[in-house]
Amino acid sequence: MTAPASTQTVDLAARFPQSVSADARPGYSGFIVKKENLVEVATAIRDEFGYDLLATVTGVDYLAENKMEVVYHAFKTTGGAGLTFKVQVDRVDPVEVPSLINVWAGVDFQEREAYDLLGIRFTGHPDLRRILMWEGYEGHPLRKDWKEAFFEEETKPFKSRWPDGKFAFAEENNPFRDNLKFPADFDPEAYQPETEEDLYASLERHTLKGDGLNTDHIVVNMGPHHPSTHGVLRVAVNLDGETITGLKPVMGYLHRNHDKIGERNTYLQIIPYTDRLDYFNSMSNNFGYVVTVEKLMKIPVAERAEYIRVIMAELSRVQNHLIFIGMLMNDLGTMYTPSLYAFEERELILDIFEAVSGARMMCNYFRFGGVVRDIPDFVLQKIKDLVYDRLPAKTDEMERFLNENEVLVARLKGMRVLNAEDAIRYSVTGPVLRAAGVPYDLRRAEPYSVYDRFDFDVALRHDGDMMDNYLIRFDEIRQSLRILEQALKQMPEGPINSQKPQYQVRVPAGEAYGRIESPKGELGFYVVSNGKPNPYRYHVRTASYVNLQALEKMCVGTKIADFVALLAMLDIVMGELDR
Amino acid sequence: MYGKGILKGLSVTWKRFWDTYLEDISWWVRGKKRYNSTEGIAHRSSKNTRGIFTVQYPEEKLITPEEFRYIPFLVYDELEDGKKEVRCTSCGICAKVCPPQCIWIVRSNDPATGRPVPVPTEFYIDMDICMNCGFCAEYCPFDAIKMDHEFDIASYNRNVYDLEKLLKPATYYAEIRPENATREDEARRAKEAAKAAKAEAKSAV
Repeated sequence: MTAPASTQTVDLAARFPQSVSADARPGYSGFIVKKENLVEVATAIRDEFGYDLLATVTGVDYLAENKMEVVYHAFKTTGGAGLTFKVQVDRVDPVEVPSLINVWAGVDFQEREAYDLLGIRFTGHPDLRRILMWEGYEGHPLRKDWKEAFFEEETKPFKSRWPDGKFAFAEENNPFRDNLKFPADFDPEAYQPETEEDLYASLERHTLKGDGLNTDHIVVNMGPHHPSTHGVLRVAVNLDGETITGLKPVMGYLHRNHDKIGERNTYLQIIPYTDRLDYFNSMSNNFGYVVTVEKLMKIPVAERAEYIRVIMAELSRVQNHLIFIGMLMNDLGTMYTPSLYAFEERELILDIFEAVSGARMMCNYFRFGGVVRDIPDFVLQKIKDLVYDRLPAKTDEMERFLNENEVLVARLKGMRVLNAEDAIRYSVTGPVLRAAGVPYDLRRAEPYSVYDRFDFDVALRHDGDMMDNYLIRFDEIRQSLRILEQALKQMPEGPINSQKPQYQVRVPAGEAYGRIESPKGELGFYVVSNGKPNPYRYHVRTASYVNLQALEKMCVGTKIADFVALLAMLDIVMGELDR
Repeated sequence: MYGKGILKGLSVTWKRFWDTYLEDISWWVRGKKRYNSTEGIAHRSSKNTRGIFTVQYPEEKLITPEEFRYIPFLVYDELEDGKKEVRCTSCGICAKVCPPQCIWIVRSNDPATGRPVPVPTEFYIDMDICMNCGFCAEYCPFDAIKMDHEFDIASYNRNVYDLEKLLKPATYYAEIRPENATREDEARRAKEAAKAAKAEAKSAV
């Protein structure tokens, strides 16, 4: 086991002395690229320096400096530390930055998100529409001068709550004070709701001229309430007969502007909100967030807490993959028997979460420097019982139950999902990338917490078909159980938090990007602090959202009947997708 | 042979089906109740569970672990003369740490001096906004606000709890969380003893 060279740095400024300079602000890192040379520099970063996977694109609104900044985080699929580069533009509308869609196809949705929420126009983006807010929405919610309905104060805690907290319903206060914006020429009498012509126009419908018989492409809207979409997701599918020729996901039905909520909250108050991102894996979400803030605060983590964290995150992975297997069967039409078998094991794992954290799903268990409380002895015994006895046997039973089933094999085998190049191009991470033959697992590629102490294999399959995507979940469950066995053996005694419990933490000014391998892929948090009790900018890069970009690539050319199964392969969850 | 995999899978279903009845018979032979009994429910959520797994809510309820948390309540101590001593000092930490900001406190003032008195005059929690995160209980320095175990409180109205509805006796708290209550009582007593010893040492000088 060789440790990846996490200290490797690239001197981008030496390669492009004219257009790149190092970011010299205290607490910041990376490079600032001139807007005019962005595409050229990005191409060099990909081709010359080998940063083939672009994880994050997001914007920051520096209102006081009158600047808008676009931040990119690029990584190598061979592992190691990433490269951060930024573009700064004046905060004068229209704010324009060249799109990198021809360098990394995976910037598609993230650029649309930055356009939607921050109003940064990416010139050259072929389909720059709003993505999370609805069409016709006025304003850009993540700008620092934007205010939400029921706006009270810039940051929590609100002064009206104490010491003179006369209770009032939020909706009884005037909800629309200075936070409702209309376009300048808005006339309610003449208002015509916007149609979705933009969406349908992006699908390139045309009439096919045949010999004497003309046929049309037809658009089928799946969802927003279709049960196979795992929540309220709508997908407009363009069909030629039964073959998919194009599709566009329409999302945002569960959008609550998690980023803005985070910026209003104090650092501690964000932790329970991260539970609600990927609500199946609140432990992993907590993990990603506290790792990022600990990076900013530069505090150590208590040794025992590190092991408790790993145990919880891996249990979470096991139950997530069990749900995946069960729900995939539901999507394929094997209603409920396999999914309920999977839910039975999940239930036992949730009992453990409930006993340690107090809640089955919204755990809120991690704190900066450690965890809330120690694992009680009876729970530790239950974890051991599950990890040593029950879960391995039940995983075997699940495999015996399903894997050789001829109907299932016929359905999954040989149905392509993604090949390695496309997966990397679209920034796909997690089991889907590994099933395509790229051994990219952050627990190995850039080990965080104590993952470098465990002996485990990165689950890998090579065909990238649906069968591989399905089987790799079993492989990952087994590897997680291996990690769990070692963690339970190695776990030391000691305190469970390196810090004193405090409800207001001090975070020095600066920025940090922290990432973990969540069960669905790379979960990244980008936090900018200006030294105040609330983060200046808080952004979540979720695996569901970024992975969904590859859906069109996966589906074009296949039959509409396979669409549901292909969508299931991405293992999306709406809480994380819409944020 | 085509269909072998299906048969293999069906054998698993078949086994699970019979497990329920075998388990029922084995409980019956031992003269124990598998359904509607605490023992039976505990067994069904243990690692040895076989066959039917479901718990028939509301006739049966899952056993809640001590750390289980749902909506907060305020603790009061019952004094010997029957008076209620509210532990809350209205310091406002819970209101400040609350992520959805659903706690509202009015601090008391001494009408004569105008100085704050460590008792809340009014205390509201909007239970429909509360996200059950447990921060208030975790960071309260006086063990005054704790998380409850009662979870079936669905209603047709908005649930805004005032002081009267929030207050529950310390004996109730000790009942739902025996280990925590014992540990906290001991810590508090040790603290008071230390304080008394310090005061004594001071008066001796």
